[in-house]
Amino acid sequence: MNETITPITVGELPALAQKMWDEGMRLVTLTAVDLCDGNLDLLYHFDKDLTMSHYRLTVPKTETVPSISGVYFAALLVENEIKDQFGTDFSGLALDFGGHLYLADEVKSQPFCKLSITKKS
Amino acid sequence: MARTILPFGPQHPVLPEPIHLTLEIEDEIVKSAVPALGYVHRGLEKLCEIRDFHQMIQIVERVCGICSKIHAMCYCQGLEELMGVEVPRRAKYLRVAWSELHRIHSHLLWIGLFADAFGFESLFMQCWRIRERIMDINEATTGNRVVVSVNVVGGVRRDLSKEHQTWIGEQLKLVEKEVLALKSTIVSDYTVKRRTQGVGVLTKDQAHQLGAVGPVLRASGWAQDARMLGYAAFDELEFAPVVEYDGDCYARLVVRFREVLQSVDLVRQALSRLPEGDINVPVKGKPKGEVITRVEQPRGELLYYIKGNDTKFLDRLRIRTPTFANIPPLLAMLPGVELADVPVVVLSIDPCISCTER
Repeated sequence: MNETITPITVGELPALAQKMWDEGMRLVTLTAVDLCDGNLDLLYHFDKDLTMSHYRLTVPKTETVPSISGVYFAALLVENEIKDQFGTDFSGLALDFGGHLYLADEVKSQPFCKLSITKKS
Repeated sequence: MARTILPFGPQHPVLPEPIHLTLEIEDEIVKSAVPALGYVHRGLEKLCEIRDFHQMIQIVERVCGICSKIHAMCYCQGLEELMGVEVPRRAKYLRVAWSELHRIHSHLLWIGLFADAFGFESLFMQCWRIRERIMDINEATTGNRVVVSVNVVGGVRRDLSKEHQTWIGEQLKLVEKEVLALKSTIVSDYTVKRRTQGVGVLTKDQAHQLGAVGPVLRASGWAQDARMLGYAAFDELEFAPVVEYDGDCYARLVVRFREVLQSVDLVRQALSRLPEGDINVPVKGKPKGEVITRVEQPRGELLYYIKGNDTKFLDRLRIRTPTFANIPPLLAMLPGVELADVPVVVLSIDPCISCTER
């Protein structure tokens, strides 16, 4: 069974997080997926009584996404992980590791982004 | 008194794996804690792009040795759902049996380490001695003690003979008897209670709001366990989650102790109802699409997100492990705790850093 994942926009994200919180949903995690076209899928997984809801936010990799750690403190680890691995910036992180949750200070690349080749004309 | 910043870990006698906590201390009382990770990060998820989806079973088994079987089951279960594979019933029951054996040895390992954290060395020794019976079962039935590679996409690769089933039943009787002999020590001993009761409390609301999972969640009064989803053969077995209500280190100890006995019962149920038939089915095609699947590891809910692209490689494999979910709750348990109790509180979430960092 392929999952039903509801698409959302960046503008809708803060209100969605607050709505989920008000409804007593547990934040399970976020998943980042590199779409290889310069965009990233951010999937937000919530749960209540073992029934999950999933939301998909598709954003350019370079776009800053509002953090939901102000509502769900538990999001801070996974948002920092995504920042490390995919380079996506989150604004308003409750605790910002600056892209170095896992990575050493000298690492400048995002190890989970797919490799791409730019052809010279 | 002025506040002091104290580094806890990454190397510490109580930690089997490296995690660092920056503790802000005032008068030997913790005021706040900030985690630092990255000491054992291996990037295993990324390997799905260069290893085919069958080879990835061996890789996900190595996310964590102690729950290797359950990682592989979750991964295979996701692919089976994605590819429309119907697993034989016998394989589902065998998956339950090996999973619950894993839970028993994981919990016994943890109870031993937890006892060691507050200096109860003989309890440590007894728990690990009992655990050896489960390791012997693993070795005899799968060929390995820890990383039991029994799952394949479409079922399991090994069967249990009648002789094995009888022998496992005998071993479980001994495990149950020996675990029950420790009950008065684990549950009622003065030393254990003094070091764990009222320490590292996580309230019911905090547990839910901070996304706690597994025994940490259930020790704070939530009757939630991914086995209630009925994956593998759990929908055909009698099962109700073990719940405690105090939310402290003692409650987390009691939940895991009771779950050892519950898992013994679940293995017995699975073996007594083991249907005849095949143990796997051939799998054709390649995975295409997205799937999200969950199972209950010894440490709590495990989630796999798998995205296939109709080739032998996956587009994305995302693993959310239980310790990753239990770190924010840990940060809420620590403020107000005495410095001497920090190792006990940290260990009470059963931290698996290999899982957390993958």
